[in-house]
Parts: sequence; C-alpha cells; structure tokens
Amino acid sequence: MQSPEQKLIQIERQEYEDLASQFRPKPKLARNLLWAFVVGGLICTLGQWMVNLMVGRGVSLADASSAASCILIFLAALTTGLGYYNQLGQRAGAGSIVPITGFANAIVASALEFKREGYIFGVGARIFTVAGPTLVFGFVVAVLMGLIKVFLTS
Amino acid sequence: MVPLYMAFLVGGLLCMIGQVVMDVTKPNITPGHILVGYITSGAILSGLGLYQPLVNWGGAGATVPLSGFGHLLVQGTLKAVEQRGLLGAFSGGVEAAAAGITSAIVFGYVVAVIFNPRVKE
Amino acid sequence: MPGRKKRGQQTVVFDTPPTITAWASVVGPKEGAGPWGRDFDAVMDDYIFGEKTWEIAEYKMLRNTIERALDKRNFRPDDAELLLAGDLLNQIVASNFAARDLAIPFLGLYGACSTMAESLTVGAMLMDGGYFERIVAAACSHHYTAERQYRFPTEQGVQKAQTAQWTATAAGAVLLEARGSGPYIKAATVGKVIDMGQTDASDMGSAMAGAAVHTIKTHLDDMALSGDYYDLIVTGDLGKVGSAIARQLFVREGIVSPNYSDCGVLLYDREQAVGSGGSGCGCSACMLCGPLLKKMRGGELRKLLLICTGALMSPITAFQGESIPGIAHAVAIELW
Repeated sequence: MQSPEQKLIQIERQEYEDLASQFRPKPKLARNLLWAFVVGGLICTLGQWMVNLMVGRGVSLADASSAASCILIFLAALTTGLGYYNQLGQRAGAGSIVPITGFANAIVASALEFKREGYIFGVGARIFTVAGPTLVFGFVVAVLMGLIKVFLTS
Repeated sequence: MVPLYMAFLVGGLLCMIGQVVMDVTKPNITPGHILVGYITSGAILSGLGLYQPLVNWGGAGATVPLSGFGHLLVQGTLKAVEQRGLLGAFSGGVEAAAAGITSAIVFGYVVAVIFNPRVKE
Repeated sequence: MPGRKKRGQQTVVFDTPPTITAWASVVGPKEGAGPWGRDFDAVMDDYIFGEKTWEIAEYKMLRNTIERALDKRNFRPDDAELLLAGDLLNQIVASNFAARDLAIPFLGLYGACSTMAESLTVGAMLMDGGYFERIVAAACSHHYTAERQYRFPTEQGVQKAQTAQWTATAAGAVLLEARGSGPYIKAATVGKVIDMGQTDASDMGSAMAGAAVHTIKTHLDDMALSGDYYDLIVTGDLGKVGSAIARQLFVREGIVSPNYSDCGVLLYDREQAVGSGGSGCGCSACMLCGPLLKKMRGGELRKLLLICTGALMSPITAFQGESIPGIAHAVAIELW
C-alpha cells in the first residue's frame, strides 16, 4: 500500500497551483480600473484647480504646483488621521496610491500604527517605512541624472 | 493654463496603469512598490526628456502622481547642475522638492501625534 | 519500534482519554456579530478591552478566557497544574503575559493558527502519560495586533485581496481533566510541515490546504477509518479558497464523502466583508470552545475531528520571497 505521504507529495506543485487557481476569485479588473481612473483623475483635477487659481492670481507655475502639492499632502494626512483615506483606498486602489496623497497616506499610516511604541522610535522612525525607500530611489536617480549631465557638459 | 479635464484624463490614466500593474502582478506588488516604481520611472523619463511633454499636456495630472515628484527631483537637479556644476547634482533635487518632502514629514508627524488608528468594521 | 500508544504513521491513541470538562471563549465585536455570537461566553464591546494597547487587550482577552473556563468548574488559576497556550505575536507574548498573571506553570507553544490543536494534543499526551491531572489548553489571536505585524498599517489605503482572510479577535480555552464528564479526546495526529510552494501572503488558504488534507488522510489511514466516520470534520482556517481546494483534494485522495466544514468559513456572515473567511489561532479556538463543544454537549455532534491549520511563515521570509509551509494537527473528540 502506498503511504498517504507519498500520495500527496505526488501532487506536483504545478498541478496543485492549477487546482488552487480555479478557486481563487480574480480581481475585478474592469471595476478596479474605473475606480482608479476616476479617483486618481479627480485628485489630480483638484490639484489643477488649485494651480489654476493661484496662477490666475499671479503666482509662478512652479510655486503654485508646490503649494498645491503641500495642500494635497495636508488633506491626505488629515483624512488618514480621521480614518477616511483607507476607506477610499479599499475601492480606489492605485487611484489613491499613485497621487502624492497616497505617499502622504503611507507616511501617516506607518507612523500612526506605531504610536504606542513612542514618539521617537515609534512614530519618528516608522514614518519612513514607505517614505524612506521612495525618497531613496528618487534621490539616487536624480543625482545619477545630474552626474550624467555634469559628465556630458564637461 | 492646463484645462481641468486634461489633468483629469492624464492623472486618471497614470493611476490606471498602476492598477493594472497591481492587479496583474498580485500578490507581490504592494503600495510601497507602486510608490517607489512611480518616483523612479518618473525620474528616469524626466531625465530622458520624456516627462515634460506629459506635464505640458496634463499639468497637475502629471505632477500630482508620484512620477511627477520624481520629475521635480530630476529637473531641479539638472537645473542646478547648469548653475553650479557638480555640487548642483547633489543639491538641486532636494531644493526643488523641499516643500513636498518637508510638508509630508511634518504633516505626517503632527497627524500621527494627534490621531489614533481607528478600528474598521 | 513505535511507541506503545502510537498508531500508524503519525497518530497517538489515548489509553485513558482526557476529558474536556470545561471550556470558554471570548471574542471581539465582529465575531460576536457573526452567526455564532450567542454561543460564545463573552463578546467584547470593542477591540481595546479598556486597555492602552491592542497587545495588552489580546493578553487580557486570553487571561479572561482561561479564568472563565476554570471558573466553570469552580477552580482558581492555581488549581490548574499546567497551561499550554500560544498566539501569533512575536515571542508569543500574549500567552507569556497571560501566564504571568495567572501564575500557572506554563509551556508556550507556537504553531501559527494550528495552536489550538497543538495545545490540545500536547495536553492530552501529558495527561495520558500521567504527569498532570488538570491542564488548560488555549490559544488566541487579535485582528489589530496580527494585522500590524503581518500586513499593512491599519490606516493605509490598501485594497484587500479577495483571497485574504480576516484574523479573528478571539480566544478559546479548554480545561482537560483526567476524570470527569464531557467529551473526551480519543486520538490526535501530529502533522508534518507540508509546503505546496505557495508564496502569496494574502492567500493562506492555498498555502495550508495541502497540509490539512495530508493530516486528515493520515489520520483516517492510521485509525483505519472511513471519511464518513466523523459527524463533522472541521478545519481551522482554510477559508473559502482553501476549503474548496481541500474538497478537491479529498476526491483525489479517495477520502469517502466526509461531512466537512471550515471554522474560517463558519465564523462570519457573508456580509461581513472578510474576504475568504476568518483566520488566526482564535478562529478555530473560539469555534471549538463555543458552538462546536456546545453541540457536542447537546449530543448534536458525537464524533468531531478538528484539524487546526497553520501557515509557518514570518514577515521576513515573506519579504524574502520564500514559500509558505503549512502545518495541520488533528484532534479527534468524541462523546462517551
């Protein structure tokens, strides 16, 4: 008689995977895409509305963009603290992750979760859980681009 | 001035790309990966001169997504290199993005100090 | 040569079967609002249990559950000779802290979500071996302590995968006694770690279904029983996805038409937005120490096979892309 162990191990991992994948609900791609598009689009529209308002009053485009980003970051941080941003994220997915508001949400959420571990190594350190890697990659590529330009122009 | 509908369209499309990446490659892509991916690709495209056209069309639709943040870092760096050479390569990016980075950290910290995580039903 | 009480490959049969003389369960608000809310001893008003942190709330919940179980037999904590418990936190601190407060001699166990079956198995062995007369076997989990340890921060806007499960806020404790009336533990099968090569940390059901079926199959073979011997074969927390896979594997392995269910599927209502179902040590612990043992006492269920399933991964190995090994232990509980 075959031992049960031998029998189960005879299910190759690939075969098991095929079997398992029949039962996994697929992400509702069309619905997710629509949500991501609409929510992401609306957040950007809000940003554009603020930029246009400021530019219309004589603020430079660069300053207006920066100011709009700061306001969006503030709004995202606040709604995260109030517990709403995560509910939006459940539906909007990338629509609320990709905009700079998603960056702010990740910062606040990581920090908030570790509040009870203290304000220095809890909040202060965890604030960079997601922000850290993001900034690292941004800085590295930016400096690399700068160095390439230095090299090309010299 | 960039019309609002263009910001909506470009911003929406950029987010939709992120959703495709998440849904097709699940489970291994987390929001953290998306953020890192966007800032990196935005920075690279910007260095190649391909992101500025997107900003011209879409305005905030291209600058609000995190790829726009990468673009800001690179453009700041390149501009500083023109003015200050090698030193600019190390200072220009953060100078350009200072407002965004500082506000994110300060607002983030203040909110985390004031609020507590809420229980979800 | 195999042990005198060993049967077949992985099963032990108890000569003087330990009796489950009392049990208790305490659950969180969401679990209390589910279909079995009235079958638990207590439903917490909130997740923080009047404490400062979720971690403290979790250990207080476990301590309270153990005290309730002992109280049903009018025992005080020092009447218990041994506490066997585990949870999902790093260094199983919820159990450690509960054991500190209760001052019962303590052996901490870690079997991820399989802990309830592990504590029952070890407890039954120690009792049948004649070392102890009164043993408390317990397990607990807390949604918000597990979530922050294994997944994303609570407030981060992340879409939950549909295969993901909801870690139950729940604790269950069983009092085993050498003599007394109640359902008894007839046999136990200690599972092997089975790795089906699954890597998705938000799909534990797929990672554990192989181990569950392996243990069930081994148990039935070792005991020379058919799948329909038990009134109910219930797995711990495979969820909808994992239990659907398990059903397919039963057919493949030729297990005869078992009356099968899963605690993770049972614990919540369809409307409770828990993805694939419940999970966590508390999921099977509270289902056993609530509805299931209640049905046994009422005679509705006479032969129960409980298989608690655990995913033996850590956040670190998950980050490193390692596959998720599963384990499952089976405990056969019957009525005299």
